Formats: sequence, C-alpha cells, structure tokens
Amino acid sequence: MIITKDQIKAHGLKEEEYKKITELLGREANLVELGIFSAMWNEHCSYKSSKIHLKKLPTKNDIVIQGPGENAGVIDIGDDDAIVFKIESHNHPSFIEPYQGAATGVGGILRDVFTMGARPIALMNSIHFGSPENKKTQNLLNGVVSGIGGYGNSVGIPTVGGETKFNSTYNENILVNAMAVGHVDKNKIFYSKAKGVNKSVVYVGSKTGRDGIHGATMASAEFDENSEEKKPTVQVGDPFTEKLLLEACLELMKDKSIISIQDMGAAGLTSSSVEMASKGKLGIELNLSEVPCREKNMTPYEIMLSESQERMLLILDDKKENAAKKIFDKWDLDFVVIGKTTDTNRLVLNYNNKKVADIPITALADEAPKYERKWAKSKISKNKIKVKELKKIKIEDALLRILSSPNHSNKSWITDQYDQIVMCDTIQKSGGDSAVIRIHNKEKAIAISVDSSANYCKADPKSGGKQIVCENWRNLISVGASPLAITNCLNFGNPEKPKIMGEFVECIEGMKEACEFLNFPVVSGNVSFYNETNSKGINPTPVIGGIGLLNKLNKIINMKLKKTNSLIIVIGKTIGHIEQSAFLQENFKIYDGPPPEINLTNEKNNGLAVLKLIKDNLVLSAHDISSGGMLTSLAEMSMASKIGLKIYKPKKLIDSIEYFFGEDQGRYLIEIDKNNRKKIESLLKENNIFSEVIAEVQNDIFEVEKMFSIKVSDLYNSNNQWYHKFNAIK
Amino acid sequence: MKSSVIVFPGSNCDRDVAVALEKLQFKNSMVWHKDTELPKSDLIVIPGGFSYGDYLRSGAIAAKSNILTEVIDAGKKGALILGICNGFQILIECGLLQGALLRNSGLKFISKNIFIKVQSNDNNFFSKYKRNDVLKLNIAHNEGNYFTNKKHLKELEDNNLIPIKYCNEKGNIDIESNPNGSINNIAGIFNSKKNILGMMPHPERMIDKVLSEEDGLGLFSSLMN
Repeated sequence: MIITKDQIKAHGLKEEEYKKITELLGREANLVELGIFSAMWNEHCSYKSSKIHLKKLPTKNDIVIQGPGENAGVIDIGDDDAIVFKIESHNHPSFIEPYQGAATGVGGILRDVFTMGARPIALMNSIHFGSPENKKTQNLLNGVVSGIGGYGNSVGIPTVGGETKFNSTYNENILVNAMAVGHVDKNKIFYSKAKGVNKSVVYVGSKTGRDGIHGATMASAEFDENSEEKKPTVQVGDPFTEKLLLEACLELMKDKSIISIQDMGAAGLTSSSVEMASKGKLGIELNLSEVPCREKNMTPYEIMLSESQERMLLILDDKKENAAKKIFDKWDLDFVVIGKTTDTNRLVLNYNNKKVADIPITALADEAPKYERKWAKSKISKNKIKVKELKKIKIEDALLRILSSPNHSNKSWITDQYDQIVMCDTIQKSGGDSAVIRIHNKEKAIAISVDSSANYCKADPKSGGKQIVCENWRNLISVGASPLAITNCLNFGNPEKPKIMGEFVECIEGMKEACEFLNFPVVSGNVSFYNETNSKGINPTPVIGGIGLLNKLNKIINMKLKKTNSLIIVIGKTIGHIEQSAFLQENFKIYDGPPPEINLTNEKNNGLAVLKLIKDNLVLSAHDISSGGMLTSLAEMSMASKIGLKIYKPKKLIDSIEYFFGEDQGRYLIEIDKNNRKKIESLLKENNIFSEVIAEVQNDIFEVEKMFSIKVSDLYNSNNQWYHKFNAIK
Repeated sequence: MKSSVIVFPGSNCDRDVAVALEKLQFKNSMVWHKDTELPKSDLIVIPGGFSYGDYLRSGAIAAKSNILTEVIDAGKKGALILGICNGFQILIECGLLQGALLRNSGLKFISKNIFIKVQSNDNNFFSKYKRNDVLKLNIAHNEGNYFTNKKHLKELEDNNLIPIKYCNEKGNIDIESNPNGSINNIAGIFNSKKNILGMMPHPERMIDKVLSEEDGLGLFSSLMN
C-alpha cells in the first residue's frame, strides 16, 4: 500500500515531513507507522516550533530536582519533601466538548504528577472565555467549570484557585489550562526513563477505546467552521478509575518495583512507549493483541493512537510482577504485560503474530522536525492616553464599573462548584492572592498562584512576558511565601505566521529576563499553538503557575483587613501608568498604548522588603496591586474582610484617576499596626524602598477623603452580581 | 473507644475523618470494602467521597458491598454509625436510614461553608453541644437535597430525629439558608433508635485551628464519651 498525499495531509504532516519519514525508514511507511509519526511529530508532542526558544529559559538552580523533560517538574522544599507540579493546556478539546475537555485536562495533569510518585495535593486552573455577549460563552463556561469540578471533586483533590477571564479574542478558541501540584518524599521520585533489556512492559488502568484518536493532531491545527465534527477526537474522562489508578500506583510505589513509569497522555500508547524507550536509549517491542480493549475489532492503528484516559505504562522489575499484579487486582484495574524492552533501539509492534510496525526510536523522538520559524518583531504602540481629554467620570463610578465587570467580579459562583477543602490541608482557598496548602502532618505550607496578563502581552509581548512572571512572584509574596519556581503554559496562535511567532519569541525573552533576575526557574510546562480559528489567532496568553514556600504556619498572611485604626502603606512608587489599564478598558473600551514598565530591580527589592516585614510579624494583611490599580486593590481588601477604609486625598502631583487606577508594577498594599509605623518606615527607608501611608482602616465605610464614600456592603454587592445574573436561567 | 472507617473504591474523605478520630484518641482501623469481617468497633464511620464514582446513583453500589452486610448487622445491634456526605447516601441506599437524597435544587455541585443549628443533644452524637448552638461546617455535594414522605417527616420531627438543620449565621432556619433544597432544611437525620446518624455537612473539616474554626470537634468528642 502506498501512502497518498491526502493521507499525509489528513495526518497533519507536510509532504516534506513525509519525505523525511521515508528516508528515516529507508522505505515507504505503512498506515500504522504514518499514524505513529503523525502522533509524535505534531506540534503538541514534538514542540517542533518552540523547542529552540524554550531552551533559553532558566531551568536550574539549587532547589530544582527535575526541570522540563519529565512528566512534571520537581523542587526541593527541605526535610526530604519535594513538590511536583506542572500546568498543561486542554484548549482545543474543551472548545469542542467543554465538560469532557476540561475534565480530561484535569485528569491528564493529575497523572503527570502522580506518575512521579507524588500524591496530588492541589489543583489550580486558568480559564479564558470569549466575550460574555458571544452566544457560545455561557455554555462553554458552564461546561468547563462543571468538568473541572466533576473530575477534581470526584478524585478528591482540592481545586483551590486560579483565574477566569473574558475577552472576545477567545470567542472561537477558549483556553483551559490546568495545574496540579503534588507532594513526594524526595528519595522516592519515579521517572519515565526505561532501564534494562528484556524487562516487562506493563499496561495498567482503563481499557483502550476509540476515543481521542488523533487528539494531539487535532490540537496542533487551527479550527474552522467544521470543528464541531472533531468531537470524536475528544477523550472521555472517568475520575473514578483515575482515583483507583492513583491509589494503586502510589501503593505500588511504596517499594522499588517500578523501574520506569509514564502516563498515556497525548498520543496515548505511542508517545508513552516511545518516550520511555527514547530516554533509556532502548528499544521496545509490544504485542498489541494483549492490549485490553473496550471495543471489539480495534485495529493496531486505533490502539496506538487512542487517547483513552486513565492508563499508564510501567516497566517493572522482573521479580515484582506478581506482587504488583496483586495491587492492581485489589483496585479492580487491568494489569497486562504487553511487551518488553529490547536493545534494538526500535519500536516494533506485533498484532495477531504479524509485525505491523518497525520504526527506529530515534526517528520518532530525536529526529522529529525542529523549526526555527520566521518571526517578526512586534509593533509596540507608544500612544499616550490623556485622561483629561476623556469624558469625565466620577472615581466611584469607575471603581464600581471595574468591580462589577466580568473580569473583576467575585468568582465564588465558580469556586463554590469546586471542593476546595477535601484532604483537609487547605489553609487559604481561592479568592486570595495565592492558595495556601499545608504539607500534610508538617508545620509548613506551600503557596500556589496562577496568573496571566494577555492584554499586556498583546500590547508588548516582551514586557508582558516579564510582567506575568513578576505578578506571579508578587502574589506568592503577598501571602508570606518565598517564591521558588514556576511552570508555564504558553497559549498562542499559529506559529507558522511570523507575527505570532514573534509574539512567542518576545514573550519568552521577557520571561527569561524576569525568571533569571528573580532566581525563579521554569521547571515544567506546555506550549499550545494553533489557538486560531479561520486564521484569527488569540492574544498571546502565557500563563504562569508559581510555587512558594512558607516555612512556618504562623507567618501566613491574607488580604483581609484585620482591625480598625490600623494603617495602610503602599510599597512601591505610583506614577500613574494608565495605558492598558482595567480603568480604560472597562470604562472606555480603550486598548491602545504600552503596558506598564517593569523595573526588575524595584520588583525584587520591593518584594523582598514585604517578605521581610511579614517574617518580622509587622504585617497584618497584604495584597499586591494589579489589574484595576490601587483603588481596586484597596476595595478588594475591604470586601474580603467587610471592613472599611478611609483613604487620604491624593496629593495634587498626579491626576487622581491616574493615581488610583494606574497599573504601575511592583507595588503592594500592607496593613500595619499604628504603633509600628515608625519602625516600618525606617526599615523601608534603610533599604531604599519607596513607601507611603495612604489610608487607615475604619468601620464599614469605604471612602476617599473629600471625594466619595460608599458602604462596603455596596461594594461587595456590586462585585458579587455578575456571574449570577449571567448564569440565571433565561 | 474503637472506631472503624469503611473505605470504598472512590472514598476520598477517609483519611480526613481518620485524622479527626485519631485527634480525639479513637483507636481507629481502616476497613476495606471487600473485607467480610468488621473489627470490634464502638463507632463505624462511612466517609465522604464518590464511592464507585457515584455511578448508577450515589451510594447505590457501595450499599451492596461485602462489608455493608456487617455494618447493617452491627447497626441493628445498636452500634454507633456515622455516615457523612456520601456515607449518608450509602446509609440511605442500604436501608439503615429512610428517605432519599436528591440532586441539589440548584442543579450544581455545592462546596462552601454553611451554618447548621443543633436541634437536639439528647443523643450520642451531639451531647457536647447545646440545643440551638449554631455551627459552621463545610458541605461539598451534588446530591444532598433530602426528601421523604409526609408520614416519615412527621415521625422525624415528632421524635427529635432531626438533630441538625441548615440555618443562617444568626440561627434562623429559613429558605435563604437552605443550600440544597432539603425538606424542612434537614442537614442530617437519625434512625429511630438514634444510633445511626447520616449528615451532609463534613464535621471532620472543622477540627483544626490552622485551617478553620473548630465547630466539628464537638461531634467527635460527643462520640468519645
């Protein structure tokens, strides 16, 4: 049989790529082999457009145990404790089938974490939808939220936060990024690298069905009006089996029977077997007739490309097979030896005693195409927006407009659908700057934050890339955590377009600078290209998931104001950068101009100063200043505690709109006891940190002196309506 | 005091409730659903979670498991049994408690802190609380909307078999404070002998000052007596 041009195209491969395949094989491929190459060489699995740029990111320092390249990153948090974490996209499937797409996104990222021997302790997410006016948005929002909840709640891992944003750029390409965090004894980490010849390759977990065939290929292409037809490429999740698989794997991992382990994620059995063999520089031979199938008459092609969920591939120590099987029997899961490792460096597949594929492993992994795609420098608008020339707006009206907007509204409508408490180690759930999760049975905790700023990245990808790393760093510090490391999920349009590729390259450049400066390495991540429909790409949306450490449980801070008469200090200088602000976008729909500048030196100094004050017990509550500017952040502190603030009238030096709503970076608000004012001010002065007392805490009125006053309950109400109205049964 | 926590495939609050029991000095054992013998226990806990993935109907498959025969026997002989959330659903499915737990009236999974009011304390589960105490506990369920027929409801009300009802922070039992549509704001019920309690809120989630308030402690310390 000869492979036709149509078949090549249908597999998402270019003709020159197929030519390379025939050269690597020394012959024409058969259909099974074509399918395997397409699964390994697509953008999603091969990172062919991103690889050379990702290499620029810092991935090591003295706490990094495992950087990118494994199922997830691993960092050391002391006392033999390690944290395993990663964020991953499930954008394309979630648009086609929101519930299952989001659910299996959660399932996949959980497996990445427990494959390494870690018990998952928290889930986070970043979800982006089109504008609320778009008729698809409500259905997608509901489906994604119940899918995330449906899976995490059932497995019993708390979903403790994240972000939800709306922008018309995502009308035809929503983003669903899920992050999982696990805890492991650092001496008991498991890896995917195969070792030893003639070792049993064992299939465990769910049976293989016809769902998700070509899922990874689908996720490596643009959408068009026929994308609905791609429903069969979306996998179906079964959180119950995931829970069993989790417990069975962790039980088996108590001793050292597992030599290597890899979950079957994107490209299923194909990528898991190739990755294990490739990392171990071995060959692998599989008998596909042994693979447990859910449906009758599945072909080798379907078996190799199925993305059925909740499956794992193990390479076991010879003598441990029986003991391992007992564990999987206990949990009622399939456990079948389907092959062995070899020294041939080839992937050999047999079916009904016939060889159906024979491919050199290096051809699939190392020889996968790598492209240095053309990229164009982004055009950065330098336009200044003159607030005085805009239609006059009252400060309180502008504030209420922001607080009641979809992007700034209280998200409890969403988070109340997630079990945030199960496992009983949640110290701070969603709604704060970071989630805080205690390490079970220990006197320490980790902070987790997930952030993105697509508007800034659109306006200036490099500056936006820097900003988002900094914002994440700030959010971790705001709960008293020392920032340790990040994972990133890079969501972009079609990389074959120089403009999009330029956005990607520049975002990476910005992230690299910030990560290096802050000693904040990237230990895992994922790239999602082709978030594009009918040639319209999304705004560049890198998402950062960061981890911080809290060594003492009594030094954890939140943004709730603690007592009347205490003072609010703003740390960091306010210049009043208004371009790209929520103020302009929510009140005037102005999206022009550059994003706020990032000064990494100030960022670091300010952050470390706040951390020091928290550790010295001088801070009662803290919150970073981000989207919406200082006044929005002050209002958020008030709403979180239902306590009021008296904000001093701003000095005449800056326009009050720019002062209150400007989004200058590197700023924090801290609440302090009046009696500590002098001490704190001199400490900050010694370290050349700009600070200013701007408000005092009072009962239930939120006011700016001589400008306006409003009941905190009214702020709260305006912040809590949008989701309920939007989702009220129509 | 000895306790046993029954673990089904898909249980996920088993560890949480074991932590609570051990904090109160129970000698606790975890009992696997395939076991056919129950260790000697003064208290049997059926924990929350998604036993068998909540497939078919929440609690329906777990109610047919091996160990449940033992639990039912022990319950009939007067052993104390506490079913929390999915455990409550299982107690109903196996017939130890009457009524049904329907899907939440809002048709969504609800996870949040709520308030309940203690209706009676002349029993083994709430003796450490005072009548009319308002407790803050956490709920996390999709099917917690308790329903029963008029005759049984009257029986429950007349015989003090409803120890806890949803209320607001001030203790008012009203529609607004009912999170899931339960009839008469019922958050938990007893069997007629009051040795078996099923409740939707999770007392084990409110026992640790580092994480939350400690309103759930009283339930476990009542059981310790």
